Amino acid sequence: MSADTDVEVLRRQGRIVVVGASLAGLRAAETLRDQGFTGSLTMIGDEPYEPYDRPPLSKQALLGRARPEDTALPRRRDIDAEWRLGVAAAGLDRDAKLVRLANGDTVPYDRLLIATGTRARPWFHPEEAALDGVFVLRTRDDSARLHRKLAGAVSRVLVIGAGFTGSEVASACRELGLDVTVAERGPAPLVGALGGVIGAVADRLQRKKGVDLRCGISVTALEGDEVGRLRRAHLSDGSAIDVDVAVVSLGAMRNTEWLAGSGVAAGPRGIACDAGCRVFDVNGIVTDDIYAAGDVARSPHPLFDYQFLALEHWGNAVEQAEIAAHNMICAGPDRRPHLWLPMFWSSQFGVNIKSVGVPSLGDQLVVAQGALAEERFVAVYGYRGRVIAAASFDGAKWLGFYEQQIAAGAPFPPEYRTVDRRTETLHPIDPAFPDPHLPTHGATVTLTGHSPSERRVAFVPAHA
Amino acid sequence: MPTTVWTERRRLRSLRDRGPRRERVQMRLVVDLNRCQGFAQCVFLAPDVFSLHGGEALLFSPRFDEAQQDRVEKAAAACPVQAILVDYSDEPTKGVKPHVG
Ligand SMILES: Cc1cc2nc3c(=O)[nH]c(=O)nc-3n(C[C@H](O)[C@H](O)[C@H](O)COP(=O)(O)OP(=O)(O)OC[C@H]3O[C@@H](n4cnc5c(N)ncnc54)[C@H](O)[C@@H]3O)c2cc1C
Ligand code: SF4
Repeated sequence: MSADTDVEVLRRQGRIVVVGASLAGLRAAETLRDQGFTGSLTMIGDEPYEPYDRPPLSKQALLGRARPEDTALPRRRDIDAEWRLGVAAAGLDRDAKLVRLANGDTVPYDRLLIATGTRARPWFHPEEAALDGVFVLRTRDDSARLHRKLAGAVSRVLVIGAGFTGSEVASACRELGLDVTVAERGPAPLVGALGGVIGAVADRLQRKKGVDLRCGISVTALEGDEVGRLRRAHLSDGSAIDVDVAVVSLGAMRNTEWLAGSGVAAGPRGIACDAGCRVFDVNGIVTDDIYAAGDVARSPHPLFDYQFLALEHWGNAVEQAEIAAHNMICAGPDRRPHLWLPMFWSSQFGVNIKSVGVPSLGDQLVVAQGALAEERFVAVYGYRGRVIAAASFDGAKWLGFYEQQIAAGAPFPPEYRTVDRRTETLHPIDPAFPDPHLPTHGATVTLTGHSPSERRVAFVPAHA
Repeated sequence: MPTTVWTERRRLRSLRDRGPRRERVQMRLVVDLNRCQGFAQCVFLAPDVFSLHGGEALLFSPRFDEAQQDRVEKAAAACPVQAILVDYSDEPTKGVKPHVG
């Protein structure tokens, strides 16, 4: 079926295959049906569960306020799909237009959506990673296991990496009354995502809530006892701490290995696609039958210098899936671009943290509302004289305003009249992001350069 | 607004599912927390399902049962930014492992 001419046939009787049956996959499927796609729809997912919601896994679920198995996503409508769950896609044959499954089956497609997301970066030492008491947190099962463990007799939890997930785990542990040490290689929690100025606020917050926070420190080894239970962690400053639980929160890895050799531009930084979610091949030529959405995708954004953005954001998965689905069954002129403004939330230590835009692009920062010292504020990030992002601690009601400012390319620093300031200086300061060439685990927005087929290897740290 | 259609369908489903051998009907819920502004209307209307954690962080139970249904529907309708999505489909997901735990 050629791209545009047979769109009507495609809509009526085409075969659409979605690989990755999670948030992006489900929302895409619903959109396809909503827009009148009546052909066959196959959902392939390696997890044995119907699509579920991940954000509660590090929040409500650890606190015992929701069971991890109760997080199945609500459906917007029936999707009349054939579900192939519990089996991974193992390869893509673009010539034959089919997906090969791990069990040897093949599934032919006219349009393919890749929504295979990310997985937790495992502890670098496999034997240590296998110790009883060492956890990662990405899936329903991970969350259930960790929650069970935390509910038992635990003396001290070590959280390795103070990005969003690590910080949320630490927060839940404190709320459960557990002793917790957080080891972060960077200078402060959340530094990769929000910079050192806001990181310092997160730092104070953690300590105030009783976290034994150690920044500028790596975990060098995890030590078990004779029966394989975690007992001790060794740190880069030469010290050691006795712990029986370690939660490895070193960020995510994109699930692209299954596409090796397929010729699509897929690598450790994600799958490159155009603003219409169409995947590039390694030659930088856009395909017309393969689409990508969600955590696994990276695509150019005009507001951010047309750099390819990779977003590990719930809202992005939803929006990009809708655009991809729409474009899959539309002719050229009806296609829409994915120009969503990155948006993210996290709740930890009783604070609602939100961001809009791409803070890590910021070269300057002002505190526009509230005060850092009160842990209640909105920080606005500027990039070359325009507003590029905003982040709030318990200031969600302001973010809609800054969303408009970013979209409009409003000048930075913001006009004084938009600003309610009391204690801080209004002079823009350096937001203090770590050197972008150094790896961080905190960022959930990654600027991945300009080249669609770039397959630069991501920096994989040998130590935490 | 699809709310009326939705409510009818939901009512139908609960009636149909109320057979003697059925387990209690459970419905699914998610809040788009990018949209949510912590206004807390939902917390007042369905306090067993929604709660505020600290000043403005919303926590919700992703699953609720029939006893909560009316309250959750009211909360979803009252949310000023329409951030609450309640299950719309009772289509079975073939090939899924039954619940464990
Ligand atoms: C603990 C946790 C907390 C989070 N909290 C927040 C938050 O507060 N705010 C926020 O904005 N975002 C949050 N996120 C991020 C958010 O959940 C993700 O952005 C979202 O899940 C992305 O959806 P996705 O469908 O693109 O990818 P995923 O949810 O990663 O789904 C991909 C699916 O594809 C499957 N898959 C992978 N490879 C294959 C294969 N070869 N064959 C078949 N299936 C395959 C995977 O197993 C998975 O089921 C959180 C994530 C986690 C893990
Ligand atoms: S009513 Fe809507 S905006 Fe208010 S707290 Fe509930 S979900 Fe959030």
